Amino acid sequence: MTQRQIQILYRTCWTIALLIAAIPFVFPFVWMVSAGFKSVTEIFGAPTLIPRVWRWQNFVEVFTYQPFARQYFNSLYIAIVVTALTLAISSLAGYALARMRFAGAGLLMLFLISALMVPEEVTIIPNFFLMRWFGLVDTHWPLILLPTFGPHGVMATFLMRQYFLALPKELEEAGKMDGLSRFGVWWKIALPMARPALAAVSIITFLFSWNLFLEPLIFLSSLDMFTLPLALSNFNDSYGLPLWNLQLAATSLAVVPILIVYLIAQRQIIESFALSGVKG
Amino acid sequence: MADTVHNSIRTGQKTWLTLKMREMMEAWLFVSPTFIGFLIFFLGPLCAVVYYSMTEWNLLSQQATFVGLANFQNALLENPDFWLVVRNSVVFAIGLVPLNMALALALALALSRPFFGVVFFRTVFFAPVITSAIAWAIVWKFLLQGEGGFINQVLALVGITGPNWLREPNWAMAAVIVTRVFKMVGLNMILYIAALQAIPRDYEEAARLEGASRRQIFSMITWPLLAPTTLVIMVITTIGSFKVFDHIYQMTGGGPENGTLVLAFYIYQQGFKFFNVGYASALAMIMFVMIMALTLVQVMLRRKGSE
Repeated sequence: MTQRQIQILYRTCWTIALLIAAIPFVFPFVWMVSAGFKSVTEIFGAPTLIPRVWRWQNFVEVFTYQPFARQYFNSLYIAIVVTALTLAISSLAGYALARMRFAGAGLLMLFLISALMVPEEVTIIPNFFLMRWFGLVDTHWPLILLPTFGPHGVMATFLMRQYFLALPKELEEAGKMDGLSRFGVWWKIALPMARPALAAVSIITFLFSWNLFLEPLIFLSSLDMFTLPLALSNFNDSYGLPLWNLQLAATSLAVVPILIVYLIAQRQIIESFALSGVKG
Repeated sequence: MADTVHNSIRTGQKTWLTLKMREMMEAWLFVSPTFIGFLIFFLGPLCAVVYYSMTEWNLLSQQATFVGLANFQNALLENPDFWLVVRNSVVFAIGLVPLNMALALALALALSRPFFGVVFFRTVFFAPVITSAIAWAIVWKFLLQGEGGFINQVLALVGITGPNWLREPNWAMAAVIVTRVFKMVGLNMILYIAALQAIPRDYEEAARLEGASRRQIFSMITWPLLAPTTLVIMVITTIGSFKVFDHIYQMTGGGPENGTLVLAFYIYQQGFKFFNVGYASALAMIMFVMIMALTLVQVMLRRKGSE
């Protein structure tokens, strides 16, 4: 065999190995969608990848069993609000920490770093009482406030700070010469230049809020207020056993749109996570 | 800077001071939403949880009584559940962290250089990361059903009778670990790929010219240069494994026979199912200390390594 043939053989073996390794990552999605169309008996009968009988009514029953459309909307609007708030707050604080000199900055940084190390599970009990005292249990406020101001928001602040640190100073100086206030410099010069960091924070924050589970579980009790992950785990019959086919149909409806967005913007999404992971 | 100096020359010392004051006020205005949120939703609750942990407080009894360290004594010395939970959490971490990191590194090494299909594979291995843990756990729970579950049906085709995965304590723990690795490994893979791509190609080429084998290049060049990334990944993954909650909640609910009852789930159970606020807060404090200790140990190891 020539050198080139060995190379090709080697590559082929590698690709086959990777394809096998990919099975547990891809197959659950394929099976989920397929089973979402099946009857319960077919799910637990002899394995089929393409349903013998397509039960489209599963996807109708998902919406009649509980207010699924409402729950879908809840997840969507909460994720959008959390993302917008996090962007505003983290880019303001990140800018000040990177670009402005002020007394207490060092201490503030130390505080924020310590917040990064403490998971929200530790503070969830007092936060529950705090929200109850505010009268916000079974509202969406805790799901907006806690992710925005919790460890996740702090991480967003650091990400913004790192990015602002690397921006060239000259443009800012020019802006100040032109008579812009600090706020003006932030809004008109720094933010437009920080677009990649803003995109990364948006993507990560949106997904974080969309997939949040502990907080909805603790704070929400009425079906109309549920968010998607909570709704998904709620497809049970009166004995507490899962309604298998409905649950899988609902899970498909919740996951597939995100997967489609991911396929379109996969490069951007993966890069955002790489950026935040290394810096966080 | 230039304009402040300019102004101070023009208008004198007094204005220069007020300018500095103004800059400081503006800065605090910028950080105030973050800072106030931090005080209300983090520092306040953290102080509260320290206090709660020293009270005997069942939500139903309304009144919290101060009991000092009795909750910690109860957890560490009296309640056998606690050590079971700690054991489970440690088993989970010991199972998950090395498996996750080894697989992540292997995938990153395979996917760090461009070749036909590389984007496809990166996309595939990363997809579970953006999927909600609940959705992922729901699907795997069905695949792993004892009777009629897909995996056991496939095993039956080759004549193996699979166990009832999620109903037998040891298999259940293995199942949650492995499915969790599939869920999270993509993130570590991406971090490793980013680190690998930051290594200058010249190092490797120089070594190859010197006649180094692939294995030597990896152990003498790549692996040492990856050390900082490896440490960061180790910290993130270990902390993540001690926090695992939604995955366990959906797949096993802590069962069977408390075989997958881990710390975060136990805190939730004590606090929000049984309303033992004092005890749950003590558990939260223990979790806090464990995570701080882990982080500090790993940071110290890093400092030692870089000396």
